[in-house]
Amino acid sequence: MTEMKTGKLRIVNRPVSKVDAHALVTGKAVYTNDLAPSDCLIVKVLRSPHAHALIREINTARAEAIPGIECILTYKDCPDKRFTMAGQTYPEPSPYDRLILDQRVRFVGDAAAIIAGTSEEAVKKAMKLIKVKYEVLEPVLDFHAAKDNPILVHPEDNWKSLCPVGADNKRNLCAHEVSGSGDIDAVLDSCDYVIDRVYHTKANQQAMMETFRTYTYLDTYGRLNVVSSTQVPFHVRRILANALDIPKYKVRVVKPRIGGGFGAKQTSVSEVYPAIVTWKTGKPAKIIYTREESLTASSPRHEMEMHVRLGADKEGNIRGIDLYTLSNTGAYGEHGPTTVGLSGHKSIPLYGKAEAFRFTYDVVYTNVMSAGAYRGYGATQGIFAVESAVNELAQVLGMDPTVLREKNMVREGQVMPAYYGETAQSCALDRCLERAKEMIGWDEKYPCRDMGNGKVRGVGVAMAMQGSGISGVDTGSVAIKVNDDGFYSLMIGATDMGTGCDTILSQMAAECLDCDLEDIIVSGVDTDTSPYDCGSYASSTTYVTGMAVVKTCETLRRKICERGAEYLGCSPADVEFDGQKVTDLKTGESISRKEIGNRVMCSSNQPLSANEAFSSPTSPPPFMAGIAEVEIDKETGVVEMIDYAAVVDCGTVVNPNLARVQTEGGIVQGIGMALYEDIVYNSKGKNYSNSFMQYKIPSRLDVGNIRVEFESSYEPTGPFGAKSIGEIVINTPSPAISNAIQNAVGVIIRELPMTAEKVYREMQK
Amino acid sequence: MLTISNYVKAKTLEEAYELNQARSSRVMGGMMWMRLGNARVKTVIDLSGLGLDQIEESDNVIRIGAMCTLRQIEECEALREMYGDGIAESVRHIVGVQFRNQATVGGSIYGRFGFSDVLTAFLALDTFVELYDGGTIRLSEFVNRKPDKDILLSVIVRKSKRKFRYESIRQTKTDFPVIACSVVTGMVHGKETWYFSVGARPMKAALLEKQWEIPADASEDMIADYARQAASEFAYGTNMRGSAEYRRHLAEVLIRREMASILAEGK
Amino acid sequence: MEIQFVLNQKQVTAEAAADTVLLDVLRGLGCKSVKCGCETTNCGLCTVWIDGKSRLSCSVLAASVEGHEVTTLEGVEKEATEFGAFLAGEGAEQCGFCSPGFIMNVLAMFRELEDPGIDQIKEYLAGNLCRCTGYMGQLRAIQKYMQAKAEKNSGQPGEEAGAR
Repeated sequence: MTEMKTGKLRIVNRPVSKVDAHALVTGKAVYTNDLAPSDCLIVKVLRSPHAHALIREINTARAEAIPGIECILTYKDCPDKRFTMAGQTYPEPSPYDRLILDQRVRFVGDAAAIIAGTSEEAVKKAMKLIKVKYEVLEPVLDFHAAKDNPILVHPEDNWKSLCPVGADNKRNLCAHEVSGSGDIDAVLDSCDYVIDRVYHTKANQQAMMETFRTYTYLDTYGRLNVVSSTQVPFHVRRILANALDIPKYKVRVVKPRIGGGFGAKQTSVSEVYPAIVTWKTGKPAKIIYTREESLTASSPRHEMEMHVRLGADKEGNIRGIDLYTLSNTGAYGEHGPTTVGLSGHKSIPLYGKAEAFRFTYDVVYTNVMSAGAYRGYGATQGIFAVESAVNELAQVLGMDPTVLREKNMVREGQVMPAYYGETAQSCALDRCLERAKEMIGWDEKYPCRDMGNGKVRGVGVAMAMQGSGISGVDTGSVAIKVNDDGFYSLMIGATDMGTGCDTILSQMAAECLDCDLEDIIVSGVDTDTSPYDCGSYASSTTYVTGMAVVKTCETLRRKICERGAEYLGCSPADVEFDGQKVTDLKTGESISRKEIGNRVMCSSNQPLSANEAFSSPTSPPPFMAGIAEVEIDKETGVVEMIDYAAVVDCGTVVNPNLARVQTEGGIVQGIGMALYEDIVYNSKGKNYSNSFMQYKIPSRLDVGNIRVEFESSYEPTGPFGAKSIGEIVINTPSPAISNAIQNAVGVIIRELPMTAEKVYREMQK
Repeated sequence: MLTISNYVKAKTLEEAYELNQARSSRVMGGMMWMRLGNARVKTVIDLSGLGLDQIEESDNVIRIGAMCTLRQIEECEALREMYGDGIAESVRHIVGVQFRNQATVGGSIYGRFGFSDVLTAFLALDTFVELYDGGTIRLSEFVNRKPDKDILLSVIVRKSKRKFRYESIRQTKTDFPVIACSVVTGMVHGKETWYFSVGARPMKAALLEKQWEIPADASEDMIADYARQAASEFAYGTNMRGSAEYRRHLAEVLIRREMASILAEGK
Repeated sequence: MEIQFVLNQKQVTAEAAADTVLLDVLRGLGCKSVKCGCETTNCGLCTVWIDGKSRLSCSVLAASVEGHEVTTLEGVEKEATEFGAFLAGEGAEQCGFCSPGFIMNVLAMFRELEDPGIDQIKEYLAGNLCRCTGYMGQLRAIQKYMQAKAEKNSGQPGEEAGAR
């Protein structure tokens, strides 16, 4: 059996460089647009200038006359069968509420027509010549007023919800649920203190550096080939088959290197447009989203408003949490019913002693850009609310917020009622908090220090959790084959989007197979040949696909032993495989892996390969503590990041360098969310945050110093004891920075981003 | 989307000026801003071959060619010697080194952009601009002119014993300013004169001139009163980056700090 | 119009319209390292050198480089590999999409500044956005690279980058 104890690891838990590093740092042509054939038709989308309208007439005649224009498609050319662009396992919880092109446009930027031509110039020219007559309708722009509003975003009868998520398009409702345990009202009534507050997080852009992009062509067999920058190639296959109303076997999806995703590419944002062009014309086609399109017609974080009621006794024991989340899914329901769940299920369980909880939510349609998946996936929003409420409780109690947490935090072995009743089998949250306090020098710095120059520095704390894959749903399968000279092909359907899963899964395989990293080759995903994987999202790859790697290696080792024994002419029970050779323990005679690999290719009736899948009944949470130190200019309210100490329990750290960079990167995205990033609409629903000039992600001057350490627990159900890392790391900055501001200048900002002006205004009160 | 039919690298200023008289001609600076617009330009005129990319220092003035980059300003020793680090401070927050290697002083001044740090800084220095046809005029006059078909050749900064300060508030460090304030003081016609320029209000920078004799040991309260008065004489507006009210407050704070810093140096 | 310039030490000729930007011409000439990240001069992904200085190729009219020297990452592959090994050694290339523009500006910085401190490095590279790494790993890579260079120059054994 594979040795999974961390003490003897050779390759796992080591900071190896990524297997694709050289190509990336020398700028090789490995991304979608680098690979697209030069004869692709250029595809662009004409977008609605109105937040809500019906297309009454659309005249394409003049545009079609432009030389080089191949086709112009309108809603009349698209199947009238609704689907979802959400990359989720079938049956998707997200409603089937989209058409490729619809007569009704539902936000400024919604697709009205598709134009394809031989050059960018021709297509742009044609776009200007398409005449659309809109019947402008009143939009629903205030998400507070969306539920049961007489104006419906999706009045259509062929709208469909596949899962019982409480959706009702006739009420602008994308999902609704109430869950709980214990009598929350009674518990809160009997509490000495109840914090009763509303928190508001805004939509944020993932802002990966590579915008959405896809190219498509028909292959020798007349099948639709799709090369796309996606996190979910297998889901894209289904989504395209649904959208085009064609059989799934007609579609092949290939994922090359991706320039970042962070959840954005868990929605099939760009694929349908070139796909329908290729399907209709038979010609290769590509779409490259401009940054403007990527910021105005994409899949940002769900805006949420959270009403928290948090009850505690005088000693600071948190006795009950009641959370109501209102989530804005925008024009379409991608990830609407699922993100909202995490706002409660990944915030409330941080407090293990609570006697009761209730978690209620509504997810509503409005006429703004459709939301989607963004790292943290609702947990980020919920944790901002619950952690902020805990920090407010600390203030009311006059208690150090870290001490309050030490008193209440979930501990290893505890059952988490708000986390589907799962037990925290691995949890080093207590050690994470303790270490983060040491790193920042909490006891010396809390709550604040006046710097004597009109500036004051404060420290603030937050904790976080996430999951490791979606329990009972996410599936990762892996195949490994032995080739001539004995090198291994590791075949995965998990999608490396820069995060390094090609590398860390290779590390796991090399560890299990007692070989070097160089003995293993790995490649991008191809739905025709890669084993099925739901894709890289929900913090699933390390844990779910990682376990599939471990299982596959176990099977393969057994098969190698059997084959070696066969070639040695002995019983499999008598041999040992040390990674290099199979040895007959009775005789000492051995056969090398190289020789086995070569012999398998001559007169063999059985391939030497293994294929296993893994799906977990649980989703073990990683935990984390983050402490921010900020400096505030007391006159202007300007907040400057000074230091951030973060300690993560992701179980065994598979690759310390990659995990550290994940953490630092997540924290910086979290800082952006906390202080700078906002999607601003005008009163008619036009999005002002349409470029990097207006939507400001942090530069390296905006983030201060960031220090990351790991306090590992050992997750018994994970590969080598590992849990996830990808998402949790974005969750602590907003509440920790808010708390630091609170501790520095005594004001509490409950709406993100916490701009200087908001801090200043609160200080004036 | 910007479209351009012809690109001409002018061989002489005369040629550039003549070409620019056509309605659909445009002179290009660093192409930072023009490219973002939707103009349909028939002829774009490149001045990069005309030697306008030099900073020349004489006994009395520093003449900055219109095609000098912001990076040249940032690194100009003559400006630093004369007016301290404030000049570099006024440009170093602008996007990044690559941007400042490309954006030109002429482009920034000619555009009279609301967000322009460069305009805010040079306005306070009571600078002159040299135009091909219009001669040499005060920047404070140029800034209020409507864009016309003249060509900006250089910005002329007088060398005189003046103290210069520049400060801005930004959301992210490389963003447009929420507010930008510059304060200059020196003797003019034998009188102590203060110049205040406030940009990104969000309207373009405007200049205020005050003959205030402020003692070097002025109390904090006295300086605050002056700053309040100076800030109150500008108009402010609201946009995504801040409200009018907040901008007014920031202007007051920055002006006070700049004045205090200047007075402290004088002590 | 036809434009002639020196690309990565070789004289090249390219066809470009008056409003074609250098970025598109360079990719057309096979320099696929040059990436477009924003179109509004804010991200630094399209950084190349013109006459040795970092510039944003998304906003340079191709016509204006006539007679100039343009360098892309392809033209400094040896140096990119050398520094890139340190970047990879920290895991700080991540998705890699911003790496070419970032590395171009890092190499420009090494040419322009002698032994830059942390604040100088951050300021010089402020125009290079990265959404994956949080910037800290890039800083570590630069510091380790500088240290290795210094040790090499002073004759001490340097760290073997990327060999882990």
